[in-house]
Amino acid sequence: MAEIKLESVAKTFGAFSAVKGISFTVDHGSFFVILGPSGCGKTTTLRMIAGLELPTSGRILLDGEDVTALPASARDIAFVFQLFALYPHMNVRQNIGFPLRCQNFSRAQIRKSVQEAAKLLRIDHLLDRRVGGLSGGDRQRVALGRAIVRRPKAFLMDEPLGALDSEFRRLMCGELRELHDRIDATSIYITHDQLEAMAMADRIAIMNQGRVEQIGTPQEIYDRPRTMFVADFIGAPPMSFLDVHTALRQGDRAVTIDGASVEMPELFEDRPEGKFALGVRPENVSFADGSPLRGQVIGAEYLGTTQIVTVRSANGQVKARLPSGKAVRVGETVGLRLRPDKLSLFDTTSGEALSSALDAGARHG
Amino acid sequence: MSTVAAHSVAEPSQLAKTIGGMLVATYAIIAILPLLWIFLTSFKTPTDSISYPPKIISESSVEGYVNLFTTRTRQTPEFLASLPPPQTWYERLVRSRNMVIAGPSKVVPRFINSIVIGFGSTFLAVCLGTIAAYAFSRFRVPLADDLLFFILSTRMMPPIAVAIPIYLMFRNLGLTDTKLGMILLYTAVNVSLAVWLLKGFIDEIPREYEEAAMVDGYSRLQAFFKVVLPQAITGIAATAIFCLIFAWNEYAFAVLLTSGDAQTMPPFIPFIIGEGGQDWPAVAAATTLFFLPILLFTVLLRRHLLRGITFGAVRK
Repeated sequence: MAEIKLESVAKTFGAFSAVKGISFTVDHGSFFVILGPSGCGKTTTLRMIAGLELPTSGRILLDGEDVTALPASARDIAFVFQLFALYPHMNVRQNIGFPLRCQNFSRAQIRKSVQEAAKLLRIDHLLDRRVGGLSGGDRQRVALGRAIVRRPKAFLMDEPLGALDSEFRRLMCGELRELHDRIDATSIYITHDQLEAMAMADRIAIMNQGRVEQIGTPQEIYDRPRTMFVADFIGAPPMSFLDVHTALRQGDRAVTIDGASVEMPELFEDRPEGKFALGVRPENVSFADGSPLRGQVIGAEYLGTTQIVTVRSANGQVKARLPSGKAVRVGETVGLRLRPDKLSLFDTTSGEALSSALDAGARHG
Repeated sequence: MSTVAAHSVAEPSQLAKTIGGMLVATYAIIAILPLLWIFLTSFKTPTDSISYPPKIISESSVEGYVNLFTTRTRQTPEFLASLPPPQTWYERLVRSRNMVIAGPSKVVPRFINSIVIGFGSTFLAVCLGTIAAYAFSRFRVPLADDLLFFILSTRMMPPIAVAIPIYLMFRNLGLTDTKLGMILLYTAVNVSLAVWLLKGFIDEIPREYEEAAMVDGYSRLQAFFKVVLPQAITGIAATAIFCLIFAWNEYAFAVLLTSGDAQTMPPFIPFIIGEGGQDWPAVAAATTLFFLPILLFTVLLRRHLLRGITFGAVRK
C-alpha cells in the first residue's frame, strides 16, 4: 500500500508530446482510474509510474520517495498488461511464482505464496496447467495472481479487461474491485470504458491529448463536468449542449435561449457577450407542454426501462431520457423542461465550465 | 442436390493433388539420387565403382572406408610373405591388395576441424546475432535502418569476391591455416544472416513479456535470459542450422586459407583422389560421412527450418 504522487510529469517522443505536465495524487488504498480515449497519454503515464518509460520532466513520488529515475525492478510495483503477458514456456504455478523467484525466496515459501494467491483468485485447481490452454478470464486471473503474489506497494493495470468479451468483463470488474478491497492495495487502473471506470473507481482522472481534464469521484465527474470534453466523454448518451449567445453577470440564475428563459444554478462570474453552451444530461430533460423552449422529435431509441428521445431545437439537439411507457411520435413538436439545479454552462472557446452554484454544491455537500 | 464447384479455391481437386504429389516426388528423387549414388558407391569395390555400364547392385565392400581411414604402401609379394599374418580384418583386406597399412589417414583430424570450425562459428554468429537482433528490435538505435541495410549489404556480393584481401589480411595477422581464423571468417559471413533472421523472431515476441519481468524485479539482462531467450529458441535453432550448413559446406575459402592444421572436410575430400589413384569408394565414403550429420540435423529439425524459411511471409 502506498501513496503515488505525480508532479508535472511530461513525456515527449521526438516532436510528439504524449503527456503534457500532469499532476495528481493517488491516496493510500484507493482505486484510481485514468480514463480517456485512445492516444490520450494514459498508457504512457502508467508506464512512467511503473518505470518502463523515463519522464522527460517532472517527478514521481512513491510514498514520498522520489522514484523518477529508478528502474522498474526497484520500485516494488506490479503491472498487469492488457495482453496478460503470461510466459508461454511456464505453467500457471511458475508464472505466478516468477516474481518471487528473483527475490530469492525459498521453494517452500514460493509454493505457499503461490497457493495463497491462487486460492484468492480461485484458480488453485489450474496451477499445473500450461497457460496456453486457459480461457481469457483464467489467463487474466493468472496475470493478477502474478501481480498480487509478492504484495507490492501498488498495482498498475493497463486495460486488463480489454481483451475479454463483454460478459466476462462485467464479472471481472466486480472481482477486481473486490480483490482490491480484500488485499487493501493502492491501484491505478487504465481504461477507455467509462462504465468500467464508473463501476470501480474511488476517483477518476479523465485525460485528453496528454492533459488531465478533471479528477474527481465518479459522481463529481458525472454531475459537474469541468470541461465540455468530460461532459461529452462521460455518460451514454453524453451530455447535450444548447448554444447560448449572451453576456453573463455574476449572480445570474437564468439564461435566455431562443427567447425562452431557462433557469440554472447561480453564476459566480462575469463574462462579456460571447458564445456559451448550456449542458444538460438526458435524465434531466423532460417534456412540458407549456415550456417556451421547443423542439421537434427526430428520433427515439428504445432501451427497455427507458427510451432516449432526440429533439432538435433551434439551438442544438437535446437528448432526453424518458420512461419507455411515454408515447413519443417522431415529427411532433414538444416543449422541453431542463432541471435547473443540474445544468452546466461552458465557455465554448476554452471548453471550460463556468463557476456556478453547481460547484458550490460540490464543495459544501 | 447442390452443385459443388469443380475448381474450388479452398480444396484442390484430386487430379491437382495427384499431379502435385508426382511433381514433388520427382523432384525428391532427382535431389536424393546423387546422395544415394554416393552412398552406394562408398560400399562398392574400386573395380565396380568405375565399371561401365555402371552397376547399381554390386558386391558390397567396406574397402572404401578402410582406405579412407588409413594410409597404405604397396609392397612386393616377397616382403608381404615375410610379414607376420594380419591381425585384423582390415589389415587382411589391405594385404589382399598387396599393400600394408602405414598409419591412420588425416580424415579424423579434418573431420574434427570441420566440427570445431562449423559449430564454433555457428555458436559465435548466433550469439552475436541474437544480441544484435535484440538491440535492433527493442531499443531506439540511431540509424537503425541504415545499420541493418549495411549488415545486409555484406551479403550482396559473393564472399569469394573478397578472397584476395582476406587472404592478405589473414597472412598479415597470422591467421592463415588456423581454426580461429576460419571461425572468425565464417562468423563474419554468417552474422548478417543471423541478425536478420533473429530480428524477425524477436520482433514477434511481445515486449510486454520483458516489461512484466522487469516490473517483477528482474534486470533487463535477467529478463532477456529468462523470458526472451526461452521464447526465441525455435528461431535460434533455425538460424543455427542455416549458419551451420554454410560453414560446414564452405569450400572456396577453405581451399584458399587452409592447407593443414585447420583444413576442413570439403577441401580434404578431393585431396583423397590424388593420394592413391582415383579411389572413388574412399571419396564416396568421405562424402557420406560428411553429409550424414547435416542430413540428420536437418531431418530432425525440419519443422523449425520450415518456420525459418517461411518466416516474414505472414507478418502483421
